[in-house]
Amino acid sequence: MHPIVEAQKGDQLLLLGNEAIVRGALEAGLRVAAAYPGTPSSEIGNLLFQLEKELPGLYFEFSTNEKVAMEVAAAAAASGLRSLTCLKHVGLNVAADALMTLAYIGVRGGMVIVTADDPSCHSSQNEQDNRLYARFAGLPMLEPASPEEARRMTAYAFELSEKLEVPVILRTTTRVSHARAVVTAGEIADYHQRVVGRFEKDPRRWVPVPAVARVRHQVLLEKVREATILADGSSWNRLSGEGSFGLVTSGVAVNYVLDALEELGLQEKIKLLILGFTYPHPMGLLADFLKGLETCLVVEELEPFLEEAVRLVAQERGLSVNVLGKATGHLPRLYEFTPGLVKEAMAKALGVEREVPQKPDLSWVPELPPRPPTLCPGCPHRETYLVIKEVLEELGEASNTIYPTDIGCYTLGLLPPIQMADYLICMGSSVGSSCGFSVATDQRVVSFIGDSTFFHAGLSPLASAVYNKHRFTLVIMDNETTAMTGHQPVPSQELRWPGLEDRPRIDLEAVVRALGVTQVVTINPYHKEEAKDLVRPVLSSRELGVIISKAPCILFRKRVKK
Amino acid sequence: MTKLRILAVGVGGQGILLFSRVLGEACLAAGLPVAMSEVHGMAQRGGVVETNIVLGWKSPLISEGEADVLVGLEPVETLRALPRCRPDTVIISNTDPLVPQIVKDGLATYPDLEPALARLRETFAQVYLFPGERIAKDAGTSRALNMVALGALAGTGFLPLSKEDFLASLRRLVKAKYLEANERAFEAGFAVTAP
Repeated sequence: MHPIVEAQKGDQLLLLGNEAIVRGALEAGLRVAAAYPGTPSSEIGNLLFQLEKELPGLYFEFSTNEKVAMEVAAAAAASGLRSLTCLKHVGLNVAADALMTLAYIGVRGGMVIVTADDPSCHSSQNEQDNRLYARFAGLPMLEPASPEEARRMTAYAFELSEKLEVPVILRTTTRVSHARAVVTAGEIADYHQRVVGRFEKDPRRWVPVPAVARVRHQVLLEKVREATILADGSSWNRLSGEGSFGLVTSGVAVNYVLDALEELGLQEKIKLLILGFTYPHPMGLLADFLKGLETCLVVEELEPFLEEAVRLVAQERGLSVNVLGKATGHLPRLYEFTPGLVKEAMAKALGVEREVPQKPDLSWVPELPPRPPTLCPGCPHRETYLVIKEVLEELGEASNTIYPTDIGCYTLGLLPPIQMADYLICMGSSVGSSCGFSVATDQRVVSFIGDSTFFHAGLSPLASAVYNKHRFTLVIMDNETTAMTGHQPVPSQELRWPGLEDRPRIDLEAVVRALGVTQVVTINPYHKEEAKDLVRPVLSSRELGVIISKAPCILFRKRVKK
Repeated sequence: MTKLRILAVGVGGQGILLFSRVLGEACLAAGLPVAMSEVHGMAQRGGVVETNIVLGWKSPLISEGEADVLVGLEPVETLRALPRCRPDTVIISNTDPLVPQIVKDGLATYPDLEPALARLRETFAQVYLFPGERIAKDAGTSRALNMVALGALAGTGFLPLSKEDFLASLRRLVKAKYLEANERAFEAGFAVTAP
């Protein structure tokens, strides 16, 4: 039995924020979960994937993308079961089509959407602030500051979702998801047997044709009003202290603020509002808090989400409080905060002296070599890049070729000495952008996509490429797993984790041919000369072609064979 | 209680996550309020990896000048992390280099360590340097460098934990077949810094 399941009520565990979310969900009786992996959310899915084998009362799947996963969880919740989906911030863009209308039709069983944002882009292509999705969709949102809060908030999120009959967003950031701290276990639900849901038909609720959608939008706005009252009275929103200087904070920044107050000796001197239930904004609570304040500093990462709410409340109530934050340049709108940055901003806003740590003399430190992440020694991706590069060099086309790339370990083909990554937007953009380059330029286009990314967002642009007669070569780098996020399964893989042996296998070459691509070759990138002979005609041609380079990720092979 | 901020730095693959897990679980077992922050994902592919471990503080992240203890599993990474130290920060570092791929590819140079480490000793009051990879190899496997570093951290006695606290946690977390070599590595590291 996994220690996270084994833990009894009251046991203390040292858990990652993501692990604490899983524990909280199991305490709340989660029944159906689905996800597509994405850092910093990946450990949630990985852990559920492991636990599903041990717990008959839990269903989990890795779906082919976040939208599918959200629809799986939505239908389970419509059938009265508690469900969850977890994704990285940009994953919610993929699932946004489902999200926006799911908010209208709502749920019956509690449904939790965990979005793990990545300020500073530790492992992402942007640092969008998904709190704006709560406002956009009109869904309640909770933001934990620590693993223990993540556990308790997850359990509460299911209750809240059931009460309001809408999904609830649980929003973390990298520093919450990947913080590890002491968590006290609660009571776990009974997972001895499968619980069967039942879907009750009600087309006027579940089928948002225009006449239904117009009514459901009204219902949603009513729920936002109801949720505002809940947020006002929520114990996740804590007001403390007295004074004319106020500070509002949420998420991981709560920790930085509390430590800074202690270090600056200001605990008793300010009025503090810590928010955990951040959307709908607790407008009444904010008004109470702002009353009598001269100045209010808002400490939150990324967008001025709470800062704007504070300004709105001040304007509505006619309060002349001086609001400090991003608009005033006290805090940046970019990147994740550090405790030092928050301390400095607080000292400046409060006009107090900050004891600056003594700096060591480091003038002697030599220039240090950077250590960018690289493809592992022996990685098949490197071999694939070399095969393609050498053939294009033979053809005199290597430097004139545009190389659209995609999301995965192989994006590292950007770095020297490979340097075969020229354009990237998001999951699947290698294929769609190749279509665009092939009509906009006369340059040769050779693009790269991984097997998992191909199933996620590569199928429909490839169909579009065939139908619209675009000319490019797509290289599918089939390493039989979703490598970068921790070796999750892919429908085309032959090499499998134990327990997945009975799954059907979807053959990549058959899929590509079925989409209408006629020029298709499969190579083994380690057999270089043979591979070069196979790809030469495809790369010489100006027609659409697909090269499937098949060799398992060496780390995955090692882990599975263990 | 004493509040402490410990910064551990190294390279993906050196076992810094296990280092921090063993340290963190030892703190938990001893009833110390521990919080940590780890780096997962893309940064692990041979890149710089760090863990922030704090006792008593809420923020699981260490800013410039805030580290009370710096543990470096690789000498260049130790040097890179120095802006987060003060002159009174305790520095514990392996001195055996792990040369980055970019240097092997001839695109950057690895610095001459000897003069840099000499200046390191002059700049900081408490500096413990040791050839961690060689010590780990002598203990049975160079892969146990992380446990050598943990032993060295334990040996300094700066943490409110006994040697047995560390070892008990190590025995809980390290797989049986690697346990012996890891314990030996820990002991060898401990001997480097123990008074």
